[in-house]
Amino acid sequence: MSTDTIEKQQVEEVKEKKKSETLLSKRRKKFINDPLNDDNPITVQVLGICSALAVTTQMKPTLTMAISVIFVMVFSNLSISLLRNLIPTRVRIIVQLAVIATLVSLVSEVLKAYSYDMYKELSVFVGLIITNCIVMGRLEAFALGNKPWDSVLDGFGNALGYSWIILAVAFFRELLGAGKFFGVPVFEAIGIANFPTNGLMVTPVGAFIILGLIIWVQRTKTGYVEH
Amino acid sequence: MQQSNNYIIIFTVVLTIVLGGLLSAASVFLKPKQKKSIELDTKKQILTAVVDLEGLSGNEILEKYDAEIQSVVVNIDGDIVEEDEQGAPIVAEKVDIAKNYKKAPEERLFPVFKFHEAGNTESVKSYILPVYGTGLWGPIWGYIALETDMNTIKGVVFAHETETPGLGARITEREVQDRFQGKNIFDEEGKLVSVAMLKGENNPNPLLGAHYVDGMSGATITADGLNKMLKDYFGYYEAYIKKVSGDTEKVAAL
Repeated sequence: MSTDTIEKQQVEEVKEKKKSETLLSKRRKKFINDPLNDDNPITVQVLGICSALAVTTQMKPTLTMAISVIFVMVFSNLSISLLRNLIPTRVRIIVQLAVIATLVSLVSEVLKAYSYDMYKELSVFVGLIITNCIVMGRLEAFALGNKPWDSVLDGFGNALGYSWIILAVAFFRELLGAGKFFGVPVFEAIGIANFPTNGLMVTPVGAFIILGLIIWVQRTKTGYVEH
Repeated sequence: MQQSNNYIIIFTVVLTIVLGGLLSAASVFLKPKQKKSIELDTKKQILTAVVDLEGLSGNEILEKYDAEIQSVVVNIDGDIVEEDEQGAPIVAEKVDIAKNYKKAPEERLFPVFKFHEAGNTESVKSYILPVYGTGLWGPIWGYIALETDMNTIKGVVFAHETETPGLGARITEREVQDRFQGKNIFDEEGKLVSVAMLKGENNPNPLLGAHYVDGMSGATITADGLNKMLKDYFGYYEAYIKKVSGDTEKVAAL
C-alpha cells in the first residue's frame, strides 16, 4: 500500500511539474543562458567564425547580421521542432537545409526591399547564414528531439550567444579601426581629434586578434579547457 | 524510425512546394519595394557625385533628383540616342551600365546626367558620367561629375561589389573620392589623359599635378582597375565631351 501511495505521489508530482512549468522555468532559462557564456557557439564551440570575421568591421551591419541570425535560428528551430515527428530521418539534413535556406532568402529579400544599403553592405554574408554551422548544428542537436517552445528558446539563446560576440568584436574593430561607434566619430566627440586608427583592425586579422582575446578572457574566467 | 520511400518522396515534394510558394510569394510581394530601393540607390549615387546628401530622407532625394537632374543617352560618337532599334524610348536611368559593359563599345549606350539649377534645365552646373570596370575581386563602378568646362572633375563617387574591406573597398570613402576633385582630364593641348591614381599612399604633392591623385596603400590592383575604368570611359565619352565643350549654346539646345 505504501508503494502505491508513493507511486501516486510521484505521478501527481510529475503532473504538477508539467502543469506548473512556466514559460521561462529554470530549466528553460538554461537554454538561453548557457550559450551566452559557458557553451557559447563562437568562443567555446568555435562555430560560425567565418561570418564573425567578415561582417564585424562596423557595428551597424553587425547588428543587422545579428538580428538576421536570431530570426533565422528561432524560426528554423521552431519549424524543425514542429515537424520533428514527420521529417523522414534519411533526408533530415536536406529538410533542415531547405528550411534554413528559405528563411535566409526571406531575410535577404526583406533587407533588399527595406534596407538596401545594408543589403549592399552585407551582400553575400546574409546568404552565408545558410552555411553557418551554428544554425544547422542546433537543428540537428536540439530541435529534432525537443518540443517547439524549448527549441525556440534554444535557438534564441544560441543566436544571442553568437550575436553578443560578433557585436563585441565589431565594437572594438570599429572603435580602433575607424574611431567610430555606429558610424559616429566618438573620439572627435570627446575632443581627441587625431586618434590614430589602426588599419589592422579593419582587416580580418583584427577580428582574429579580438576574438582570441575574448576567448582568452572567457576561458580564464570559466576555466574551460579544450580536451 | 524508417519511413517508406513513398513517404519520403511525398514529404519532400510537399516541403518543396510549401517553401517554394513561400519564397515566390515574398518575392512578388516585395518586388515593387525592392525596385524603388534600387532606383533610390542609383539616384543617390548620381547625386552624391555633385552634392552632399547627408541628412536627406529617401523621398527628399528622389524629389531633388527630379528637380535637378536631366538625363540624355548618347552613343560612342557623342550623338543623342532617343529610341532603341524597336523604336521604344530610351531612358537614361533604365540603361544598365553593367549589361552595356559586355557589349562592344561601339554598340553601348552611354547615359549622361545633367545637374542643373532646380527647375531650369538650361543652366547646367555639372555633367555626371557613369563609369564601370573591374577591381581586384569583382566589378567596380561610379559616377564622375565634370564641371561645365568638361575638363575639371567636380566630384566622384565610387562603389564596388567585393573589394577588400580596408584596402580596395576604400574607394567608397569620401576622403579617397575627394582626392579627385579639381583634377583635369585633358592636358593643355586638349589631349585626353584621364586622371589616375598613383601607386602607394602619401605621395608628395608635387608628384600629383593635375592628372594624378594619391593612391591607396595595399590596394594597387583596385586602383589600377579604377584608372583603367576612368581612362576607358573618358575615351568613350570623349566625342560627347568635345561636342559639349565645343559649343555650349548647342548644349543648351540639347
